[in-house]
Amino acid sequence: MREINCQLITTTIKDMCIQANCHLPSDLQQRITAFHQAEDYSLAKDTLQVLIDNATLAKEKRMPICQDTGMVTIYITIGQEVHIVGGSLEQAIQQGVREGYEEGYLRKSIVSDPVFDRKNTFDNTPAVIHYTLVEGERFDIQVVPKGFGSENMSQVKMCKPSDGIEGIQAFVYDVVKSAGPNACPPMVIGVGIGGTFDKVTQLAKKAMIRTIGSNHPDERYALLEKQWLEAINGMGIGPAGYGGKTTALALHIETFPTHIAGMPVAVSICCHVARHTEVSL
Amino acid sequence: MKIQTPLTKEKIKNLKAGQTIYLSGTIYTGRDSAHKRLKELYDQGLDLPIDLEDQVIYYVGPTPSKPGEVFGSGGPTTSGRMDAYAPLFISLGMRAMIGKGYRNEEVKKAIQEHTGVYLGAIGGAGAIISSCVKSATVVAFEDLGPEAIRCLEIEDMPLVVLFDSDGNDQYEFGKNDYLNNKGK
Repeated sequence: MREINCQLITTTIKDMCIQANCHLPSDLQQRITAFHQAEDYSLAKDTLQVLIDNATLAKEKRMPICQDTGMVTIYITIGQEVHIVGGSLEQAIQQGVREGYEEGYLRKSIVSDPVFDRKNTFDNTPAVIHYTLVEGERFDIQVVPKGFGSENMSQVKMCKPSDGIEGIQAFVYDVVKSAGPNACPPMVIGVGIGGTFDKVTQLAKKAMIRTIGSNHPDERYALLEKQWLEAINGMGIGPAGYGGKTTALALHIETFPTHIAGMPVAVSICCHVARHTEVSL
Repeated sequence: MKIQTPLTKEKIKNLKAGQTIYLSGTIYTGRDSAHKRLKELYDQGLDLPIDLEDQVIYYVGPTPSKPGEVFGSGGPTTSGRMDAYAPLFISLGMRAMIGKGYRNEEVKKAIQEHTGVYLGAIGGAGAIISSCVKSATVVAFEDLGPEAIRCLEIEDMPLVVLFDSDGNDQYEFGKNDYLNNKGK
């Protein structure tokens, strides 16, 4: 049995919220630089240069890369041999978000009621938390703040098995086209396929934060990832939607077994600031 | 091309979709809740807290400024959410909007009818844009926090003309231009 104190969890999440919002992950940074070099449309090239400069300035000044510091999703992977001490795990996590958004001068964008009151909670809580229980003594935290310019462009569709690959592909392309400049391209696209109505959206979001350049372990899906990314970058939308080659930086697919009668598909669209940090305690 | 506010119709007429401009002078911030309140004041026949004539509204909700800083991170928010209000404000003299993303047909019609312009700031480039802001003062709706209306003094803010008063749309033009000329 391993003990982990709530205070450590709060402090870690506080730091992760600030880190995620002010530092572009290195895999994304490298991908943007590579696409900048390959871009041949001048307005697109200039736009990508601004994004590179923006990330550099944000890091130097410890300033958020983007003003929409988002709603936070937190993934906790917890070993069954771990004992949380010193308080409530749920409260420790929310307190970490609260402190991170205050100390990091991050924008508080959460409203307490979605329809009637829409009053700002003024501490960016609650975060959405997902727990995965595993064997052993692991305690892993992923913090994923995501802005709503791109979150609003994400979609889910309950495809029929007969829709096949073509049906999924057409849906993915439609979502990207309708997102267009609204989603702050170049985008990072997560595609979830399988599971249930709720599971598939989680797959899509997890796919979005996978390391850029990693492929689906099944080479048939890995091929789709490559082909769909190429096709999307042939649409001409370009950085900021001003036209160009770089519409998406990456496209990742995550899959899960599903029911004989269904083929759920979800597309999680993220802007070029696909913020995420990971820490193992 | 450098351009200074206020934006008169004469200045606006020269702006063409696809052009990069560097804007300096006074502009106002305003997004979802601020637009809703301005519309409510107008509907009740009350005076608006800002005079819109020849003015620019930047759709932004910045992060809080750190001590010693003028303005937090402040890239554009999605303009389409303000489409319900924009035609009214354009008809009241507002000359330009800064944001990102698609606009609906009513907004585009109002821009052409009243000689306005829709300008694009790069989504996500909040730190760079912040460095163009020389002063920021809350002028209305302070209780809205990041959504309060602020008066900004800006210097050389880099923007792209997205929709001009002749009806040219960079989102259409840029995509087609790339596909026809560069994408081959």
